[in-house]
Amino acid sequence: MFDSFLALLKRDLLLALRRRSDIFTVLFFFIIVVSIFPLGISFEKAVLQKIAPGVVWVAALLASTLALERIFANDYADGTLEQMLLTPQPLSVLVFAKTLAHWLLTGLPLVLIAPLAGLQYHLSASTIGTLMLVLLIGTPILSMIGAIGAALTLGLRGGGILVSLLVLPLYIPVLVYGSGAIEAAMQGDVSLQPYYLLLLAFLLLALVFTPLATAASLRISVE
Amino acid sequence: MTLSVNQLQCSRGDICLFEGLTFELSAGQLIWLEGKNGSGKTTLLRSLCGLFLPDAGTIKWKGELTRSSEDTFYKDLFYLGHQNALKLDLNPVENLQVLSRLAGESVSEEQADEALSRFGLSGYEETPVRKLSQGQQRRVALSRLLLSKASLLILDEPFVALDAAAVELLQSVIVTQVEQGGMAILTTHQALPIPEEKLIRVSLDRYV
Repeated sequence: MFDSFLALLKRDLLLALRRRSDIFTVLFFFIIVVSIFPLGISFEKAVLQKIAPGVVWVAALLASTLALERIFANDYADGTLEQMLLTPQPLSVLVFAKTLAHWLLTGLPLVLIAPLAGLQYHLSASTIGTLMLVLLIGTPILSMIGAIGAALTLGLRGGGILVSLLVLPLYIPVLVYGSGAIEAAMQGDVSLQPYYLLLLAFLLLALVFTPLATAASLRISVE
Repeated sequence: MTLSVNQLQCSRGDICLFEGLTFELSAGQLIWLEGKNGSGKTTLLRSLCGLFLPDAGTIKWKGELTRSSEDTFYKDLFYLGHQNALKLDLNPVENLQVLSRLAGESVSEEQADEALSRFGLSGYEETPVRKLSQGQQRRVALSRLLLSKASLLILDEPFVALDAAAVELLQSVIVTQVEQGGMAILTTHQALPIPEEKLIRVSLDRYV
């Protein structure tokens, strides 16, 4: 079981390495969205600091939905997904491997590029630290919830837009607490622990339930 | 070791493809599934695998419903549909290794090379599948047959896109598997060189 998990994870990473453009589109989308807000609103330090948490998180949400369709679409098109359904391995384990690969390729780069966004918005070093940490906890949740949506809309025409409509409302809790944590970090005198604990609770819930839900959705979509 | 299908009914949309379909397949036998285009051959094969939900009827493997004992059933099952299930950016060896891992079997590079060379693909081990022709891609997908330990083969039009030599080779691979106590179900328009007593013909045409 673990062998199959690793084999699938390795395969997805290898495929992404051979087609690097897929990774960079998401990353550049995030950078561009974050960068055009100051152009449209104002370059004033106070205004930028005020909008930073929301803008960074909304950009992260949109960037993550951008890549969702691809999680299963290629495997569905070439028949690999059928083969995955027909293995003795639990489908949820394989689904988890695919979701993890997806996060490593689209979520983790956002976490790593976040300091650049922080600098554009005049955030202090400690706030940037918080920003990276909440993104690190939050982006896997986005990938896992998104995987359910991607599985449900598999094979539908216009699935790409539909999946955004499906999953964006589900992202709201992560958005609220994620940007809340950054705002609290900027005020300085508020404890951040509740934000971290709540986000981690979401992460644990997602870790337990989303692979099962995604596996069930995949079976429905393939039938 | 038997696969028994009882009173199976499948429909697509409002159209009933077949109903009351009953047959049994034991070790060392082969089912040749016949039917016109659109008669439901692929649907039948997919519902046998559990990829399609039949309206009614039961499918049992070794006396147990396949739906409730997926683990044991999928360990014995090898399915190849119209799609080759190959990743175009990987080379044939990598493809074979990943697919075998998923099926719970481990295949060394040498084993994969050997299977590929039996299907006439030596020299293409390092070429991305994207650069192979249709027929060659089909050969890569079929060379998994040589690596699989599954006893039940379900093949949907396996001979499509193959040249005469590959057709002959594939026929002999399937017949050998069946003669060694395996089972196979396939749809094809090619005749198979297999003794009449081992061959079961199932036709879907009477339902049209």
